[in-house]
Amino acid sequence: MIRLERRASASRFWVWATPVVAVALTMIFGGLMFLLLGKNPVEVIRTIFWDPLFGEFAWYLRGQLLVKAGPLVLIAIGLSLGFRAGIWNIGAEGQYIMGAIVGAAVGLAFFPTENRWIFPVMVIAGAFGGWAWAMIPALLKTRLNTNEILVSLMLVYVAQVILAMASTGFLRNPEGSGFPGSRNFSNYPAAGNPELIAGSGLHWGGVTAIFVAIAAYVLLQRHILGFQIKLAGQAPRAARLHGVVPQRLIVLCMGISGALAGLAGLFEVTGPAGQISIDFNVGYGFTAIIVAFLGRLNPLGIVLAGLIMALTYIGGEMAATNLGLPSAAVQAFQGMLLFFLLGVDVLTNYRIKLGGAA
Amino acid sequence: MSADQPILFIAEGIGKSYPGVRANDDVNFAIKRGEIHALLGENGAGKSTLVKMIYGLVKPDQGHMEWLGAPFAPADPARARAAGVGMVFQHFSLFEALNVAENVALGMENPPRLAQLSAKISKVSADYGLPLDPARRVGDLSAGERQRVEIIRCLLQSPKLLIMDEPTSVLTPQEVEILFKTLRQLAAEGTAILYISHKLEEIRVLCDRATILRRGKVVATAYPAKTTAREMAELMVGSALASPARAGKAQGAAQGAPALEVRGLSAPSPIPFGTSLKDISFAVAKGEVLGIAGVAGNGQDELVLALSGEMACAADMIRAKGESIGAMGPNARRARGFVVAPEDRLGHAAAPDMSLVENAFLTGAVQRKLARRGFVHWAGAKAFAEEIIAAFDVRTPSSDVAARALSGGNLQKFVIGRELRQSPDVIVINQPTWGVDAAAAAFIRQAILTCAEGGAAVVVISQDLDELMEISDNFAALNEGRLSVPRPRAGLTMEEIGLMMGGAHGMEVAHV
Repeated sequence: MIRLERRASASRFWVWATPVVAVALTMIFGGLMFLLLGKNPVEVIRTIFWDPLFGEFAWYLRGQLLVKAGPLVLIAIGLSLGFRAGIWNIGAEGQYIMGAIVGAAVGLAFFPTENRWIFPVMVIAGAFGGWAWAMIPALLKTRLNTNEILVSLMLVYVAQVILAMASTGFLRNPEGSGFPGSRNFSNYPAAGNPELIAGSGLHWGGVTAIFVAIAAYVLLQRHILGFQIKLAGQAPRAARLHGVVPQRLIVLCMGISGALAGLAGLFEVTGPAGQISIDFNVGYGFTAIIVAFLGRLNPLGIVLAGLIMALTYIGGEMAATNLGLPSAAVQAFQGMLLFFLLGVDVLTNYRIKLGGAA
Repeated sequence: MSADQPILFIAEGIGKSYPGVRANDDVNFAIKRGEIHALLGENGAGKSTLVKMIYGLVKPDQGHMEWLGAPFAPADPARARAAGVGMVFQHFSLFEALNVAENVALGMENPPRLAQLSAKISKVSADYGLPLDPARRVGDLSAGERQRVEIIRCLLQSPKLLIMDEPTSVLTPQEVEILFKTLRQLAAEGTAILYISHKLEEIRVLCDRATILRRGKVVATAYPAKTTAREMAELMVGSALASPARAGKAQGAAQGAPALEVRGLSAPSPIPFGTSLKDISFAVAKGEVLGIAGVAGNGQDELVLALSGEMACAADMIRAKGESIGAMGPNARRARGFVVAPEDRLGHAAAPDMSLVENAFLTGAVQRKLARRGFVHWAGAKAFAEEIIAAFDVRTPSSDVAARALSGGNLQKFVIGRELRQSPDVIVINQPTWGVDAAAAAFIRQAILTCAEGGAAVVVISQDLDELMEISDNFAALNEGRLSVPRPRAGLTMEEIGLMMGGAHGMEVAHV
């Protein structure tokens, strides 16, 4: 019989070994899945994990890594603060969309004025859009005690409808011959977010992500707010004794994660995506949840996890186009990563004991 | 009850280990029929483990048990019950929404029809002087009445051995009397009772023999009636105990404006199914210790939340040194020298998974100025944690250990020390020595008295009457969210205390 036995204190080894083991298990079982789909598992896994970094097209794909990792890290860090406090914002995807729409709308309102303050104002508007969208579940929770998981998740679908309205209606390019989609920001320098170093994939979103990761690290290690966030998540009653007002913390954490998701959306729409379109969002808001946990809710871990996740995205797309792998299989592969992560995570607080004789 | 009774149960060489702990080590003892046998020991001495083995919840690693001369190794509680072992746990397992008879039926393997069962319950309750209406909803019962449901549930199976785990912790003195009468009657009829407690006076009054455990081993078998409580305590602890003492403080030396004044404090409970506070008024002077007694669930938690600032109330309802502080949060109160130590160590007073340094910061941040412009001064927090550890003799490998790794007594010393080291003017402590071993309890009480001597106003809320008698100057009791008028402790009789604790339940029963 296999039994789980609680450890006296969390294992430091397993805190960091868990993601590594989870990635390894994902490769093994993902490989099995690819085998059942009739693909060569070694080739698929090489395509996903190796080729983007060292393969034929690595010169281009390495840049893509930062393009994809930037928004993931930015969103995941915001989410991780809430998750640490026991506040479950699952609707970052919606906040990401709303940030992009509000920021883009502000920028497009100035078109074609050229002024160097336009982009910073758009950044603020983008953060505001995400923040405002996150305030809906936050205030409903503090006022009416609704469940923030459900409300934030449902608001994603509302945001998607608004996105469709924006790209076919109020933000549609008047010179776009009736096609859905807004003006392209790459043709509007004052509002654009181009690559800062050619070929690196680094744009203002990536820079912000790095800055936010450092700020979050300092916040959690050194600042009283970081202490309160951790305390509220681990021992809510002790947090109240300390002087934390739970309602304020909910509004704060939801607001931070919403604003960062909104920023990610704004940087994406003005940079890599270029315009508001119906399918502008690609699920960064949901994938960021995996990234947050893969990075152990630790800002520096999240940076690493964001890069790994970006790798599976890029490699997954390559595998889909080059090897004819269904895209659902790639998503299942990413899902496995979270599944194994949460499964192996048990070992942080428990040890496995074999043999049943008690 | 006498030596010639046949042996019912024998344990020989029982051993049981958990990771890092030897819970039981070569334990030998025997229970005779019709005997009230005390199992005595500090927290963590191995009482619960031993009892769980008899009840089939845990299997021993070594040794064997005998029941009426035959080997006894119950695989699960159902088999232990079938052999004739009944157990009343410290924490009840009852469904509040169901009535008494339904609750009893749920615990039975083959329950009879409810009408029949109700009749049986009425009969048993009448036979043993435990009045209980089978049709009443458990949610409406007092703690003492709930315990009766558990006892009657056991008695219906006519046990040969009844195990009672800390049964009096939830009872008023009157209810304790009724319980003891019932237990004596059961013993006289030949039922053996294994009585687990650390309340020595009770054991002296009730029990025929006592097996004393220390760190998993049997250290003595005593005849409580012939042994003093002090001797038993010293056997339990393994060293001589010092009684708390106050050097210079004269009783009733309360002069000047009260350091803490609560006036007309009424507030709904923030806890679901909690007790609302109703018009609570009291005042505590500098150097005074006010003891507040009461059966659990009568508003203690709510009163502590209101005093700590975790629960909002009107500004004028609480005044410290003349200033209205009722509307202030915990940190504003701490800044005014007002500290509170709640009851629950793991989860309320301390965060279990955080280190002692972080837990020192938890309430010490304001008074020790451990945060500067929002940034935590961790070196200062560590120094504060180490100061507490040294001053309160907290046994821990280092200050970086998680709070949950400490034993109950050590963590309690840390939590109390954390508050008392902040040179407070007003101290509120809920259950200062709950679940703490005797040596740590004596240490904590002494520390509280020393603070009072130093001029602090102290409120101690406790369910341990002996403790309150020992340390308080004035005494009051909470009952259903109301506080009795505080009276000087000296000269109070147990009878009066029972009435203050709102012995309405108890008294009603006492006349049956």
